[in-house]
Amino acid sequence: MKEWRGKAALENIPAVTAFIDEQLKALDCPMKAQMQIDVAIDELFGNIAHYAYGGESGDAAVRFNFDEASRTVSITFIDGGVPFNPLEQADPDVTLSAAERSIGGLGIFMVKKSMDQVAYRYENGCNVLIIYKRISVS
Amino acid sequence: MTITKKQNGTNLEITLEGRLDTTTAPELEKELNASLDAADTLTLDFAKLDYISSAGLRVLLSAHKAMAKKGGMKVVNVNEIVSEVFDVTGFGDILTIE
Repeated sequence: MKEWRGKAALENIPAVTAFIDEQLKALDCPMKAQMQIDVAIDELFGNIAHYAYGGESGDAAVRFNFDEASRTVSITFIDGGVPFNPLEQADPDVTLSAAERSIGGLGIFMVKKSMDQVAYRYENGCNVLIIYKRISVS
Repeated sequence: MTITKKQNGTNLEITLEGRLDTTTAPELEKELNASLDAADTLTLDFAKLDYISSAGLRVLLSAHKAMAKKGGMKVVNVNEIVSEVFDVTGFGDILTIE
């Protein structure tokens, strides 16, 4: 397991992305899967930075794991902010016209569609969100 | 992300290179706010765009709405990853993609 720790701030998104990309490159992860994971980081770490601490400063951790047997990457996002399960959000109506559209809920919806599995639990006062992505050999 | 602007008559062409995400979407928004008044039509060239997140989609939607009142907006040279995002989110039905 490898871990990144730092402030839950938008300016740390590039650092978290670089940390994960480094692990993925070492696994010869195909570019498409890497880009999808990078988008997921933008959405999930972005949400934590925006909402977890209600405008106050707070910490976050991002953990990287790889299961050799199933070639599955799992990335865990942990924050000690307001309990929030993004998987309980209703999926957005993607058939609405431009005028009726809002962007709310679109980020987590994109993550659910591009990852193989997304799981949430509230544990020891922390939000723990895990994304799973199986990667083929590139 | 690198933003390149080219004005051809009343058409504004914007080429994006890199990643359109939470970090870079505000740059594009600022650029569009400064330039859209002078344009009747807008072309966004995504040939060198790696990926787009929901923060980028939000900027595209507001640009689309602004240009719908004028000559319209189109997105060209969309790669496979961005194209899938457009399909999944229904943006493929909203935007004009060539």
